Amino acid sequence: MSKLLIEGVSRTFAGVRGGQPVRALMPVDLAVAANDFITILGPSGCGKSTLLRIVAGLEAPSEGRVLLDGKAVTRPGPDRGMVFQSYTLFPWLTVAENIAFGLRERGMAEKERDGIVASYVDLVGLKGFENHWPKQLSGGMQQRTAIARALANDPEILLLDEPFGALDNQTRGLMQELLLGIWERRKKTVLFVTHDIEEAIFMASRVIVMTARPGSIKSDVVVELPHPRHYTLKTSPEFSALKARLTEDLRVEAIRTADAH
Amino acid sequence: MRPLHPVSPRLRTVLGISFFVLFVTFWAWITLGGHVNRIFLADPLSMLKDGWRLLVEDRFWLDILITIWRVFGGFVLASVVAVPLGIAMGAWKPVEAFLEPFVSFARYLPASAFIPLLILWAGIGELEKLLVIFVGSVFQIILIIAVKVGSTRRDLVEAAYTLGSANNGIVRRVIMPANAPEIAETLRLVLGWAWTYVIVAELIGSSSGIGYMIINSQSRLATGQIIFGIIVIGLIGLLSDFAFKAFNRWLFPWSLA
Repeated sequence: MSKLLIEGVSRTFAGVRGGQPVRALMPVDLAVAANDFITILGPSGCGKSTLLRIVAGLEAPSEGRVLLDGKAVTRPGPDRGMVFQSYTLFPWLTVAENIAFGLRERGMAEKERDGIVASYVDLVGLKGFENHWPKQLSGGMQQRTAIARALANDPEILLLDEPFGALDNQTRGLMQELLLGIWERRKKTVLFVTHDIEEAIFMASRVIVMTARPGSIKSDVVVELPHPRHYTLKTSPEFSALKARLTEDLRVEAIRTADAH
Repeated sequence: MRPLHPVSPRLRTVLGISFFVLFVTFWAWITLGGHVNRIFLADPLSMLKDGWRLLVEDRFWLDILITIWRVFGGFVLASVVAVPLGIAMGAWKPVEAFLEPFVSFARYLPASAFIPLLILWAGIGELEKLLVIFVGSVFQIILIIAVKVGSTRRDLVEAAYTLGSANNGIVRRVIMPANAPEIAETLRLVLGWAWTYVIVAELIGSSSGIGYMIINSQSRLATGQIIFGIIVIGLIGLLSDFAFKAFNRWLFPWSLA
């Protein structure tokens, strides 16, 4: 059975000032197997973030439904951890307190929390920074904390909305390896939205390419590159072939987007 | 001069002090030089002399203390009512829809115009003084806080929801801490205004306080005392502002870091 089922999910925004309603997302069907790492690749404005937010329960679909472990999603919950593109650490909490936030909301005792927090601090390589405020951290460290914060809750699925989009290229590469390394060691179902082709291929066991707005699924590509993956993989012929194919797919959509404006 | 170019700390201090020097020099020149009638404006030296006499002989420090107590009493009273209401209005839109129109209207009611009414209701005792400050501050605090709370970063709220927060947890563990520094900053601002209200309250129907001393000095043409009183208010205001700022910095280290 699929871990996550997206059934005919679409989204239409009401028109502004009596204008025509805007369709952001055509009905989408997607089945995600447990422990799959799925990247959703699409041009900007294609509705890929909207789709992810619907899975998170932060937005309601206009039609269709989302099922996680057979249960319909109606609102956000700790079973779907999310990492946002913007830095969303709570600025009044330290790194450790941020990671502990979900556990605290659940009412877990402090003693028990501390052990879990320490293990996730370690996992994302932030030992020594436990008592720093978010403001004192670089963008990459903030996103590492955000990943640890989402994982500490032990969600059924991890949702990431262009989490490395605001980072510089080198940091982004390191973050990709870090996240992939975590996934390789502790299997988790992941939905990862990005507009970066290389990132989409490198991370994924399956890449979903979306069309320009209104978004729908254009292609569904299984990535059969071996694990564990090393950054040198990005220069291998197999990787390049995949990249060439997806670049072509995406280019057509990007042109459509550009023409629409 | 290059626009927006920063000034060195040394030059900043020198420039800041020099205006005070310039100001007092001008004041000394027009008074001691005989350019204005002494009846209407005392010179700086007699102001200091009058001030010293006030403190030593007339026990003016008691008036200072009573005024400080009134400001803080009224201000604390207003804060205790306004902060929870402001948070509630910002967080829950039906509460806002219910209260906002009235509070917006009440904000424009001048506190000083309430003094005759407050004297009728509460007499000319301490309660009336506190109420003037209360009326003057409470609606301002409510509205400013409601606006700040209403503009809480939505992405933080969303993040908390995805981490399992319930509605109650969002208010108590996201909205409140996220806005705490802004709320404290608002209170600091309004405390400054409370100093204006207290003097107005003391000008009418009062027998103690800095404002009372000032109105009392007017009838005796003691302009030195009046100016001394005004300067004392300014100094206390400045000191409490510094203290409040330092307290906020200590309370919210994360917002500056």
